[in-house]
Amino acid sequence: MSFNFATFGNDLYTGKRSIPVVPQRRKFYLASLVMILIAILGLATQGLNLGLEFRGGSEFRVATSTLPGNYEQIARTAVGASEGERGTGVTLVGNNTVRVQTEKLSDADSQKVRTELAKAFGLPESEVSGTFIGPSWGASVSQQALRALIIFLLAVALLMTVYFRNWKMAAAGLIALAHDLIITVGIYAWTGFEVSPATMIGFLTVLGYSLYDTVVVFDKVRENTNEAFDNGRLTFAQAANLAVNQTMVRSINTTVIGLLPITAVLAVGAIFLGPGVLLDLALVLFVGILIGAYSSIFIATPLLVTLRRRDASVVELEKRAARSQARKAKDVAAAEAARAAAELSGEPVAVGSGAPAALEGEGATLTGRAVHKYAQPTHTGPRNQPRRTPKSKR
Amino acid sequence: MAAANPQTAARRSLFFLLAIVLILVGLLAGAVVLSDAQTHPKLGLDLKGGTQIILEPKTTAGQTVSAEQLNQARDIIVQRVDAGGVSGAEVTTQGDRNIVVSIPEIPTQQVRDAISKSSQLQFRPVLAVAAGSPQASPSPSPTGTATGTGTGAATGTPKPTSSKTPTTVSSASPTSNSAVPGALMAPTPAPSTPAAATPSPSASAPAAGAKPTGPTDLAWITPDVTAAFTALDCSDPTALDNIVDDPNKPLVTCDVSGSAKYILGPVAVSGARISNATSGYQTNQQGNVTNQVEIALTLDGQGATQYAEISRKMVALPEPQNQLAATLDSRVIVAPRFNEAILDGRASITGGFTLESARSLADQLKFGALPLSFVEQTSIDISPTLGSEQLRYGLIAGLIGLLLVVVYSLLQYRALGFVTVTSILVAALITYLTITILGWSHNYRLDMAGVTGLIVAIGFTADSFIVYFERVRDELRDGRSLAAAVEAGWNRAKRTILVADGVNFLAALVLYALASSSVRGFAFTLGLTTLIDLLVVFLFTHPVLTLLTKRPFFRDGHPWSGLDPRRLGVDPKVRYAGRGRFTTPTPARTPEPVSAGSEGGVA
Repeated sequence: MSFNFATFGNDLYTGKRSIPVVPQRRKFYLASLVMILIAILGLATQGLNLGLEFRGGSEFRVATSTLPGNYEQIARTAVGASEGERGTGVTLVGNNTVRVQTEKLSDADSQKVRTELAKAFGLPESEVSGTFIGPSWGASVSQQALRALIIFLLAVALLMTVYFRNWKMAAAGLIALAHDLIITVGIYAWTGFEVSPATMIGFLTVLGYSLYDTVVVFDKVRENTNEAFDNGRLTFAQAANLAVNQTMVRSINTTVIGLLPITAVLAVGAIFLGPGVLLDLALVLFVGILIGAYSSIFIATPLLVTLRRRDASVVELEKRAARSQARKAKDVAAAEAARAAAELSGEPVAVGSGAPAALEGEGATLTGRAVHKYAQPTHTGPRNQPRRTPKSKR
Repeated sequence: MAAANPQTAARRSLFFLLAIVLILVGLLAGAVVLSDAQTHPKLGLDLKGGTQIILEPKTTAGQTVSAEQLNQARDIIVQRVDAGGVSGAEVTTQGDRNIVVSIPEIPTQQVRDAISKSSQLQFRPVLAVAAGSPQASPSPSPTGTATGTGTGAATGTPKPTSSKTPTTVSSASPTSNSAVPGALMAPTPAPSTPAAATPSPSASAPAAGAKPTGPTDLAWITPDVTAAFTALDCSDPTALDNIVDDPNKPLVTCDVSGSAKYILGPVAVSGARISNATSGYQTNQQGNVTNQVEIALTLDGQGATQYAEISRKMVALPEPQNQLAATLDSRVIVAPRFNEAILDGRASITGGFTLESARSLADQLKFGALPLSFVEQTSIDISPTLGSEQLRYGLIAGLIGLLLVVVYSLLQYRALGFVTVTSILVAALITYLTITILGWSHNYRLDMAGVTGLIVAIGFTADSFIVYFERVRDELRDGRSLAAAVEAGWNRAKRTILVADGVNFLAALVLYALASSSVRGFAFTLGLTTLIDLLVVFLFTHPVLTLLTKRPFFRDGHPWSGLDPRRLGVDPKVRYAGRGRFTTPTPARTPEPVSAGSEGGVA
């Protein structure tokens, strides 16, 4: 399998095999749009299930004289929370005080829980105290984090603009980032998983990963498009598509390697631990990284092409590339015809050969052509037959 | 620039890395032997439990605590806790008046103080001084001229422009610190007249009904104040327990050591005007560093104006009215006298600090005073919120994940996969060492999110190698020899790795600087893993690969080397109709361009 993979990578690199990411971008936009809409719908209708740390809640302290070994289970049963339900936390405070934290309860409910807890532990009700607790991740923490995030995004936009010398790359990268975050958060809304501070950290990790992935792909796009601007053989869209294809193997390998440990956590969590922080985090990371990889390939780069399609330089490059490709197509067609005549039209392979040049779509003309850029610096006409000159061993 | 150079450079890099690792090991070993460091990373609140402190506001009867005050206090406590390192403490409010601080350690008294002390710093002019013992009496110096100048100056700000410009660097130390408590304790003038009589000179003028006109006005010393002052016994530690500190009224108080007592005017500059506070050794007029520890305060615009105004006014006053007392939680820490007006809003406090206490106080001043004073109600151990099994299974999962990564790398990159795996192991070793050391030095603690973050970091780290290897393969496909391909591939991959890691590091920096609580912990982990990633790629993976290119196994492109040009260029199982043999020594066959239209959907 891996053997084919290397070949697959090779074909993608040379352009022999091309996944029409940029030409088909409307489909990917549509798919992402649908996902985002679903995510937003989830946020609007379900809302996020914020944990105790964000909303505060009720806290009960049971002062036992002798602590039962399975105090956690007793407490959970008394509160009526099923095993592993995240809304309820049972902690041991000191040597024999059991702390039970639940979501915010009304006074009546609070009283009921106190009674239940006292009954379950076989204590007088006076030994069970109840209070409200405020959020540890309060509004000010969120505000601070949000402010930090905005400043960070601005800084990243600036960094990307300076590095890539183009603000549209930064814009495309940030849109892809927003895309990833919205969808990941949407998953939380739909599944109803509790959002804890650990989850927020998970979101941030996804954010970092997504940006990282996008920058790696964009670096190749920059390289290819700069080359295209220099030699005028490929349109901007073609060069970008080639870049995506050339980094495809990297993206797949990176994503797989990034996901493998998380998959392990997911599996171990699901089998041995049941629902809990570990599983939640692993799930959000799994989905987030997958979407991050998807967006850096199928959203960020196509978006860049869309954003830049009206740029004067890009439009001009398109004309140059069209001319160059038309010229080349003529060469190839002539050569093909000559060869076909020479070989007495025996081979079926030659049939399709004229087609790519004739097709105007970006994917089509990429076939085999990109390889030649090194091989044919000077000759432009159909002087001699070796169309695919042996690669110069530079 | 030929083949020899990269090789030696590679060896040097590897030695450098070895040196770094050895230094880290040595540091850790030293810390373990000589200090209280542990050989394993410290764990966070959710994994190891810790101490829970419940703070109760200290209020006088009838005083209520508003939710706003409580939240403000909580925010400030969070900042103070964060200043102590990256421990991931948790601060919540409980009920409608308590604050619960959960710390993953047994806090020292200093930590407890840092958390619960109000740290209300105020600057108040000194109106009268006496020894802390009860028999002494207030001794305002001759008042006739003093009051006159004081009020006169108070009415107008002579040069508002100069005071408005705190940018002017006054190189000289602003306050005269030589006059620290020793001087102040100088006993009251010998002919101590009866207590009632002493304040009479000052009281006489305003007694006519005139209201005090400025903080330095001796008219503040009313008979009530005098009575309180006379009664005050600073040797009694509980003497100030019920002190009422109203910023608009004069204050009768002791200094921190209890050896002197003061009548202070109303607050001239409040601690809320402090925009920054740093601690360190003081520099004297000659620019030499002295062994006097100071806290340097920077005041904001309004504070600077107030400070300039009061200092200008007070320079002209006689002893002790030219002293401005800095009070912390109502007690005088220092009351230096003004030798000159200070216009740039930079104040400095000295007074028997140690470097450590100065740093802790500077942090408290910087984050602002708590709106309330708190006392510890209870302090008790708490168990981890996540069971120990969560961590155990998390680690097992991490190991399984690592194993999967190894298998996948070997499948994908053959022998090259070993480079990936050893790189990840080296990164893991360095990470382990660093977080253990940071646990000791910065109280860095791993919580569950941190552990997951580290597991995810395997992906980040591996990606740098993948980017690199894929570039090398690309160069091979272009027909370079392996050694050349490694160099060329590295030059291109380096850029990508740098910018991608740069973005991550930027994220870490911004989030660490601006966010608080667990976000800060995350930023710390992210920055750390990013740096280690860079370190490993530059000092391990690339050098190792450069050295390996010398090995015949890799150089000649053994099928299992992962860098086999034939494998990269050719599909030996004739599955695809077209193939291009770019790198084989024999000239390639003429290619047969494939129809592009038909392959669109393949992936």
